[in-house]
Amino acid sequence: MNIFYLLIGVSLFAALIFLAAFIWAVRNGQFDDQETPARRILFDDDVIEEKEADTRIE
Amino acid sequence: MENQKFYYDNKIVKLFILATIIWGVVAVLVGVLIAMQLAFPAFNFGLEYTSFGRVRPIHTNAVIFAFVGNAIFAGVYYSMQKLLKARMFSDVLSKVHFWGWQLIIVLAAVTFALGITTSKEYAELEWPIDILVAVIWVVFGWNMIGTIVKRRVQHIYAAIWWYLATFLGIAILHIVNSFELPISLFKSYSIYAGAQDAVVQWWYGHNAVAFFLTTPFLGLMYYFLPKAANRPIYSYRLSIIHFWSLIFLYMWAGPHHLLYQALPEWVQALGVTFSIMLIAPSWGGMINGLLTLRGAWDRVRDSAALKFLVVAVTAYGLSTFEGPMMSLRNVNMITHFTDWTIAHTHIAGMAWNGGIVFGMLYFLVPKLFRTKIYSEKLANAHFWIATLSILVYAIPLYWSAVTQWLMLKEYTPEGFLAYPIFLETLTQILPMYTLRIISGVMFLTGFLLMVYNMFKTMAAGEMEANEASEAPALVLQGARNPVKETVHRWMERRAVRFSIWVFVALFIGGAVQIIPMVFIKSNVPTIAAVTPYTPLELEGRDIYIKEGCYTCHSQQIRPFRWETDRYGEYSKIGEFVYDHPYLWGSRRTGPDLARTGYVNGPMYKNAAWHYQHFMDPQAMNEKSIMPRYDWFARRKVNLDMTPAKIRAMQTLGVPYPEGFDEEAVDDLIWQAEQIAADLKNSGIDIEPTSHMVAMIAYLHKLGGDIETQATPIIEETPNTENHEAGE
Repeated sequence: MNIFYLLIGVSLFAALIFLAAFIWAVRNGQFDDQETPARRILFDDDVIEEKEADTRIE
Repeated sequence: MENQKFYYDNKIVKLFILATIIWGVVAVLVGVLIAMQLAFPAFNFGLEYTSFGRVRPIHTNAVIFAFVGNAIFAGVYYSMQKLLKARMFSDVLSKVHFWGWQLIIVLAAVTFALGITTSKEYAELEWPIDILVAVIWVVFGWNMIGTIVKRRVQHIYAAIWWYLATFLGIAILHIVNSFELPISLFKSYSIYAGAQDAVVQWWYGHNAVAFFLTTPFLGLMYYFLPKAANRPIYSYRLSIIHFWSLIFLYMWAGPHHLLYQALPEWVQALGVTFSIMLIAPSWGGMINGLLTLRGAWDRVRDSAALKFLVVAVTAYGLSTFEGPMMSLRNVNMITHFTDWTIAHTHIAGMAWNGGIVFGMLYFLVPKLFRTKIYSEKLANAHFWIATLSILVYAIPLYWSAVTQWLMLKEYTPEGFLAYPIFLETLTQILPMYTLRIISGVMFLTGFLLMVYNMFKTMAAGEMEANEASEAPALVLQGARNPVKETVHRWMERRAVRFSIWVFVALFIGGAVQIIPMVFIKSNVPTIAAVTPYTPLELEGRDIYIKEGCYTCHSQQIRPFRWETDRYGEYSKIGEFVYDHPYLWGSRRTGPDLARTGYVNGPMYKNAAWHYQHFMDPQAMNEKSIMPRYDWFARRKVNLDMTPAKIRAMQTLGVPYPEGFDEEAVDDLIWQAEQIAADLKNSGIDIEPTSHMVAMIAYLHKLGGDIETQATPIIEETPNTENHEAGE
């Protein structure tokens, strides 16, 4: 039943891609900004303030 | 930087809102009708167009694709414009999307009533409409991705990832599951057969739940819940983590719809494992939603919109716990083929999807029309009626499921089935079906209160079709990336690249399950005794599909003593190799029909019995709830199509002899005359080419090829190399 080889192989392949993506993400400081995007949507009707929010640079 | 002036397209949002409301009423109304049919067969009205088998797909498709679908588009078109500070990419695409989708809905309703269906649940549309769906879906995706490209906000908010996943997920699922071979404008055969077709179908079915009823709704939750509560989402990090894990895990769980059925063991085990794992990402969404309301619960007290959203998110948590539990084999034994599944889907549909839609509408409509809701009291009344109706729906059906299961497996001390007649177990739960009607009427009442409230609100306010706004143009950061830019930010900036990532995640999950099943023959042992359907039987099978018999009758006997004693030998994979499409069913409102053709089995009935039963089921069993099918005696099989059907089957690998298509009609008439002669002996005069004769031929074919016990089953494996490799 070589289905199992295919299955395990592809599963591991997929899992490794995501593991790599995750490690890369952490190392690159993916989770540094957890506040701004969540808060900004609350002001999306406010045209004037939006200008400030968008030009924010880390 | 200079501000750019632009206009939000509010009109398209309004159109989708109106469509949501109108189709929602229709969907619930049809739901009430089929609930009445299940309790009182008189509500089938004796007409083919209104019989349960044809109306049930209208209800499910209307709820999923008309009500929920239009609500998704309304929410997406509103929130994307606001989040990205941009008008939708193209007004033409928006209009084509809207009117195209409504056309699909109308075509769906008409074709289902006429019995034009593929029989694959939630994918019943025939091939020309499938193509239309694909085209309109691409229009939607094009419009969405176009908007992302021309956005004025650098960051792509969480909700939009879910929308993108929805687009890509449904595109893949719809295309893979809809591979069918057309024989005419209104008829096609699935290219997959039997167990393979079942796996593909439930891969689709399960992931349609994922990518049509879950991911877009999580997106809507991530926008409308914070907006309605005026608080930021609890954890932005959690939203990233549970997004990726959810879209990856969902693809693998489909086989939990086929536990204990004719499917390789490893496929079932895979489905169970991933179903359990799905609790984690699902609850990530629920926790994130509910914790957003930390310190804002006082607002829930005052707002019907927030109340609906809270019930929705809570129901999402309940359903995504219940689902994995139902995919455990020992629980699935009870819940599968009984009303438990029906209760499960309705908690998800009425509370989670319904709740998000109602919450969104109560928040959005007043905002769009720059006024207050016409009556907060009516909205609260709607909330309480709807919530109560969900309990009135679910509790009786849970009760019904357990009752029926206990009765079905009950044995007398002498070792016989205590309730050998399936109908006894159904009669016992009929009071629960009456309660379901009450629930439906309650839900409909609440819904109508909302419709009134919404139209009053719309009349009181005024919507700006093109709402002006300003924002600075987006400076593409491309080469000038800040050093500390995150991967997610990088991907978000490039919508196309992000889409590719999602595609890769989805595709791996799907391909692993489907490619082996289709291409590795060792999965499907063929049984030498199983023969293809004769032309007459094939015509009968197509009538079975047309009338939606599979909506109430399964063709799958699970390996339990209380099923094999009742229906006969359990179903084998090899018995279904000529089934394009498979017809295993998902709910037994009537008994299983897998072995109605096994002459010495408990399910066999002679031709005269079938004739009388189709003409008037209640005359045979007073308490039966089956609709009558007296038009079977009048309707004639269209013999012009028969040769094309045989040729199509040959193309799909069914081993009819060369040139058999030309003899097919003669063969059909020869077999039909035999059955007609048999009926004549019982004093019944009938045209040999009537639907009745074809149906009887089909029912006398089912499960009769296997000689149970008498001779051992020879399981041939065409490709022995596959076996050796694994051993």
